[in-house]
Amino acid sequence: MRQPAQLTSRMTEKLDYEELLGCMRCGFCLPTCPTYIRSKDETASPRGRIAIMKGVVDGLIEPDAGVEKTLNECLGCLACEPACPAGVRYSVLLEDARAAITEHKRATGQMDVRERMIRKVVFDGLFMNKANMETATGFLRFYQQSGVQTLTRKLRILDWFPDQLQKMEAILPPVPPKAARRRRSERLKATGQPTARIAFFTGCLMDTMFYETNANTIKLLQAAGCDIVIPDTQQCCGALHGHAGEQAGAVQLAKQNIEAFEALDVDYIITNAGGCGAFLLGYDHLLKQDPDWLARAERFKDKIKDFASILIEIGFLDRVTLTLPKQVITYQDSCHLRNVQQGALAPRLLLQAIQGPTYVEQRHADNCCGSAGVYNLLQPIIANDILEMKMGHVRDTAAQTIVTSNPGCHLQMQLGIQEHGTDSMRAVHLADLLAEALPHT
Amino acid sequence: MDWINHLQTEVEDDIIFTDATTRLAYSFDATPNYQAMPDAVVAPRSTKDVQAIMRICHTYRVPVIPRGSATNLAGGTTPLAGGVVLDFRHLDKILEIDEKNLTVTVEPGCITGRLIEAVEAKGLFYPPDPSSMKISTIGGNISENSGGLRGLKYGVTADYVLALEAVLPNGEILKTGGKLAKDVAGYDLTRLLVGSEGTLAVITKATLKLIPLPETKQTMLAHFSDLDGAARTVSRIIESRIIPVTLEFMDKKTIEVVEAYANIGLPTDVGALLLLEQDGPSEVVHRDIEAMHAICLAEGASFVEVARDELHAETLRYARRTALSALARLRPTTILEDATVPRSEIAEMVRRIEAIGRKYRIEIATFGHAGDGNLHPTVATDARDHEEMERVEAAFADIFAAALELGGTITGEHGVGAMKAPYLEWKLGASGIDVMKGIKLAFDPYGIMNPQKMFAKAAKKRLVQGGGV
Repeated sequence: MRQPAQLTSRMTEKLDYEELLGCMRCGFCLPTCPTYIRSKDETASPRGRIAIMKGVVDGLIEPDAGVEKTLNECLGCLACEPACPAGVRYSVLLEDARAAITEHKRATGQMDVRERMIRKVVFDGLFMNKANMETATGFLRFYQQSGVQTLTRKLRILDWFPDQLQKMEAILPPVPPKAARRRRSERLKATGQPTARIAFFTGCLMDTMFYETNANTIKLLQAAGCDIVIPDTQQCCGALHGHAGEQAGAVQLAKQNIEAFEALDVDYIITNAGGCGAFLLGYDHLLKQDPDWLARAERFKDKIKDFASILIEIGFLDRVTLTLPKQVITYQDSCHLRNVQQGALAPRLLLQAIQGPTYVEQRHADNCCGSAGVYNLLQPIIANDILEMKMGHVRDTAAQTIVTSNPGCHLQMQLGIQEHGTDSMRAVHLADLLAEALPHT
Repeated sequence: MDWINHLQTEVEDDIIFTDATTRLAYSFDATPNYQAMPDAVVAPRSTKDVQAIMRICHTYRVPVIPRGSATNLAGGTTPLAGGVVLDFRHLDKILEIDEKNLTVTVEPGCITGRLIEAVEAKGLFYPPDPSSMKISTIGGNISENSGGLRGLKYGVTADYVLALEAVLPNGEILKTGGKLAKDVAGYDLTRLLVGSEGTLAVITKATLKLIPLPETKQTMLAHFSDLDGAARTVSRIIESRIIPVTLEFMDKKTIEVVEAYANIGLPTDVGALLLLEQDGPSEVVHRDIEAMHAICLAEGASFVEVARDELHAETLRYARRTALSALARLRPTTILEDATVPRSEIAEMVRRIEAIGRKYRIEIATFGHAGDGNLHPTVATDARDHEEMERVEAAFADIFAAALELGGTITGEHGVGAMKAPYLEWKLGASGIDVMKGIKLAFDPYGIMNPQKMFAKAAKKRLVQGGGV
């Protein structure tokens, strides 16, 4: 990387030295890290990555392409955080280091045209604005419904695209028509006696491509006794920006979301995507520069809760009986739901409460599936290795139904089934499966 | 560098790493304040690769540092003199579980926890369980002669190593021991390599002894209002001919820190806490737990609880398991030592540690393996504060001296490495160091194996403490 001295000072400025120093290099993170498990290479471990960041700040090494590569190869699953005896906030270090690199490349004109274009379309266009997201999803629906998809596949147009994109294209869910996506009202009443007042954070992908899952989540929350508000001014959580070093975009989205929710008189703000929930919880770090916004972010984050945990807390299982046909079910943790939101238990309690199926825990359910936002597109080789390992554990359970709780994991497990699974397997979001199991009215 | 070019002609390119990022990632271990860049990281795929690497390093006098997962706490795997870090990522296989002879043969890079899982799946037991066992490798455990929580009843790594294959610095292969319960053919070279901290040869294969897996296990926790009650309990249990599998200890300071961090309802007016476990046939376990329960009460325990089931046992173990996390969060730098005394001297040793802490104005929390006298006095400090670091170092020197005075040792299970090399002579005397130097020379005439470890340039001057050994 050209002008390394500038990048060194940028990293020195951005990275919290106390946090870097907090790592005592005990190695407790090593057995939890999917990229380290895969390669057993210390440059691919959390301890190694922290040492490398610190090495740059301490002036022991230059922030060259090798440094960027090791940071890019991190999934950001954060399995290392709960394992860390010293409580090092690795997520903060990783995001700040990535932001320093992105800002440096942009400032020194080192970002090539292709990367600039992709970043502009994805981060400034698509995920920055809900209307654009809806338009894009509209195109996807058009692509799927109009016959273009069939034609594209017949003409093998996708052969021109990278292998990984071809595979992903095949597993995208059918998008519901826009009319259906528009019918939802902003306020919804609980079924029966209300137990809680909540606001629902819809997420951008969840509210377009996975609209059905959002509809089912809302249905479950109503059945559990929640009065629900869905503020129209909410935006994408900003996780994709944050993970890709686009901190300015993430800050803007965070402020818009805080504004959308803070005036509402609700007990909780509920998410149904582990990745979004975790990022919302990090708004305080994102806005730490401004004391006023920091205080608002702290009040906001105190209300964040995932839908499975609130269902358990407010006695959903006492209100309804869940039943499904006989089948084997297994669960794949959403890393951020587990490692950041501490929400590993509730999904399992809900699944085990369904009468009919058998729940089998897979080995290493807590290891990342390799999806990690857009990681599987950017690092296909590592992601596919990790997925192959994961599908081996899934096969050992003999499960037909693989339950997930985040859109990225959901697509990745579908890819896993396509590549390494059997015809009788399906991947399903926890909310969709629970809705299936509700008593039919 | 000539030797790297030469190395590239002898082994495959893709196992040699010389880029700065990789060298940085292999420049440290878990010891605070030790860091140095190696010239290369090399990851052999076979014993033959190791031989080729050693021949070249021997010829060019290049330092070689065998490294497992670098969890050691004495600077043992930090490449202080540069050279080659040998990484065992490819040599990590379990080669054979021999159910006729009850042995397991492994490559050095195998993670200890994985080995334990594999043999337990066959109803067999490999007892050494250092706290890092999910991370550390068998090769590292053998090189450091690692202990663990089960040491009191089952011994340490050395008690389970039956045979070794190692590559000498000149590239020759050395084979020691065998799948044998008895073997007196010559000097015990197996035992010599165990705990040699990578200063003699590179271990490439190990055959370990296994025993039958105990049928059951029970857990209990006891609180004591004062240290002496806990110490008397430890002595009385052993005197009663009971050898529990776990006999862990936490002092008042550790209890306070754990409670402040985890809020689990530990009474902070308690002076000490003991975690006791027994394993074996259920009638024996039951009898021993009852007897230990009675001893705890007789020696003034303010609270004793026996686990109803495994879930309950986990909650009883929680405080002890959380000790390191709680202490590590206090300050940026955590220094964990392992001074060890005869178990009859535990109370006296803890009192001396407390006095040393007061003398140097530092806070020392002590926990550890009471059953075998292996204590972990732990200091939370800040490596950037040089004045405080000097006081910390002086305090540890006093702790080593106190342990020796009580008939103990400067390190029970962490090893000498670079950190305790200056104190080794206090334990062994000049004659001990001389014998060790002779052995070192016989194996490694050019001193390429893990230099600056075990042997210090100069021994630390020992202040007379009154009495002495």
